[in-house]
Amino acid sequence: MRVWEALVVGTLLGLLIGGGVMVASVVAGLAVLVGILALSVTSLWFLRRRFRAWHYLERAEDLVVVRGVMLRRLSVVPYGRMQYVDVTAGPVERLFGLATVKLHTAAAASDARVPGLEPAEAARLRDQLARLGEAKAAGL
Amino acid sequence: MPPGAQPPSAQPPSAQPPVAPCPQPPGAQPPVAPGPIGVVGWQRLHPLSPLVRSSRAVAGIAVVAVLNAGQVRHGNPLSLAIYGALILLGLVAGFIAWLVTRWRLDADALRIETGLLRRDSRRLPVDRIQAVDLVQPFLGRILGLAELRIRLAGADGSRGRLSYLSEADAHQLRARLLAAHHGLDQATPPPPERVLLSVPTGRLLASVATSFLGSSAGALTLVALVLSITVPSALAVVFGSSFSLLFALGSGIWRRVTSEFRFTAAAAPDGLRLRAGMFQTVAETIPAGRIQAVRMVEPLLWRPFGWRRVIVDVAGGTANRRGRTSGGGQVSRALLPVGRASDAELVLDRVLGDHRVALTRPPRRVRFKAPLGYHFLAAGYDRRHAVTVNGRLQRTTCWVPLEKVQSVRRLQGPVQRRLRVSSVHLDTAGRSVRAVLRDREQIEADAGVEELAELCRTARAARSLAAPLSSVQ
Repeated sequence: MRVWEALVVGTLLGLLIGGGVMVASVVAGLAVLVGILALSVTSLWFLRRRFRAWHYLERAEDLVVVRGVMLRRLSVVPYGRMQYVDVTAGPVERLFGLATVKLHTAAAASDARVPGLEPAEAARLRDQLARLGEAKAAGL
Repeated sequence: MPPGAQPPSAQPPSAQPPVAPCPQPPGAQPPVAPGPIGVVGWQRLHPLSPLVRSSRAVAGIAVVAVLNAGQVRHGNPLSLAIYGALILLGLVAGFIAWLVTRWRLDADALRIETGLLRRDSRRLPVDRIQAVDLVQPFLGRILGLAELRIRLAGADGSRGRLSYLSEADAHQLRARLLAAHHGLDQATPPPPERVLLSVPTGRLLASVATSFLGSSAGALTLVALVLSITVPSALAVVFGSSFSLLFALGSGIWRRVTSEFRFTAAAAPDGLRLRAGMFQTVAETIPAGRIQAVRMVEPLLWRPFGWRRVIVDVAGGTANRRGRTSGGGQVSRALLPVGRASDAELVLDRVLGDHRVALTRPPRRVRFKAPLGYHFLAAGYDRRHAVTVNGRLQRTTCWVPLEKVQSVRRLQGPVQRRLRVSSVHLDTAGRSVRAVLRDREQIEADAGVEELAELCRTARAARSLAAPLSSVQ
């Protein structure tokens, strides 16, 4: 996900709520605006770290996803175990032209999600995964 | 209309019952007459099925009626009429369900048609049959009726139920279905079963009493008794507050005892056949090839006796009472409600084959992170299985066949990073088993993820090359 996303959302939210409060009291409204902006900048730093740590690697037999800063996770999901691939784009993601690809297996705990992809890359990954999943499908 | 020539869609979706082309005299009919397969036409369920089917609801209504008996005594005949009407309604609904349900066994499939307003025509191909279970509710046992539940292979866990057939018919139909599934003539007699073990009632009762449920119920009763003796004025409060909890614990204990009463496990050619039940008896088959993971637990209070409990996660679950699968097609079943180490070995051998894997312990420094859990912590894997041991109060050993692993994950939290260890999770489709190689040396875990992923892949490839389900031991 692009770093701008958090900043723009934070600013919009700050303007909205701050503007609302400003109707009642200008000082309080400004304080709220500054507070929310500060929060969004802080979360921006965290998000940056979080998304810099997010990697995926398509290997011959499986997809590897690495993520997490404090709790580091590495998932190896074989293509043969894939049940279906989801491509989702929430309203904010759509605003920035991004999409999330998620790989589902029969195990609920499997954790292979790649957020913040360009739509073209997301579509390519989805098609690639679907193709490989079909080629290497294994039953339960 | 000739038998078998009637397409299922030709049935009008109305109250008109689908009359079997060759109606059977109710009562004693052999469901499949000996002779060429497929000639036998549509069959009805046993005519007493509505009675058995509605027996549970009737019993419930009767209990409510008895509880509200005071109203009747106070000259309110209306409530009695309402109860009567409800029971009658249940019976009529059951009767209609019986009227509109029919089944037939062809050479390659079992077909079941049911439903009054919404016709449901189901075709269960015999070569996809996973297991055939026999369920007998209490009233069914008295009347000699049994329900047949047919599970199909496949992730969706589709299934068919025939409730109810006469006992002899149910056994015969099951034998026919299994024979047809194995590509034999349907009249082949069922292969013999070998009883592996049974759980004596005394041991079951003792184990439930010392289980978590039993011991907490006992402790609660003791506290309530002591309190009510020492502080008699608080009697009402003590009993009022503990009653609902005791009731819940009691019903849990009751369910456990009645469902695992006279448990026997037998080795059948199609898997492990489990029979148990006090009032309702269930004979179900655990197909060996469908086991996702196995868990063995040794609760604290069982350890002096050397008892353990073995639970498996199976794909393509059995239908529960309402015909839905619990947990998205995955069920967990006690393969051994309680037994000695040798009993556990016996069932584990049966479902996993050679399951002895060399275990290694995590490094000693992990004691800082897991002071209690470190005691039993161990894990290991070979070409076929991964084994993990976790837990302190309740030692839990998990076996995961590598061919069933869905994904491999490595996790490392901040504390683990300081201690240079990480955990490797093996995800399976099951619900109750969590296989975690906890707190392994970091280098070992890094290599382990790679190696496990590779081993899982080869195990999977070997499995898909091997013979299909029917010959899985």
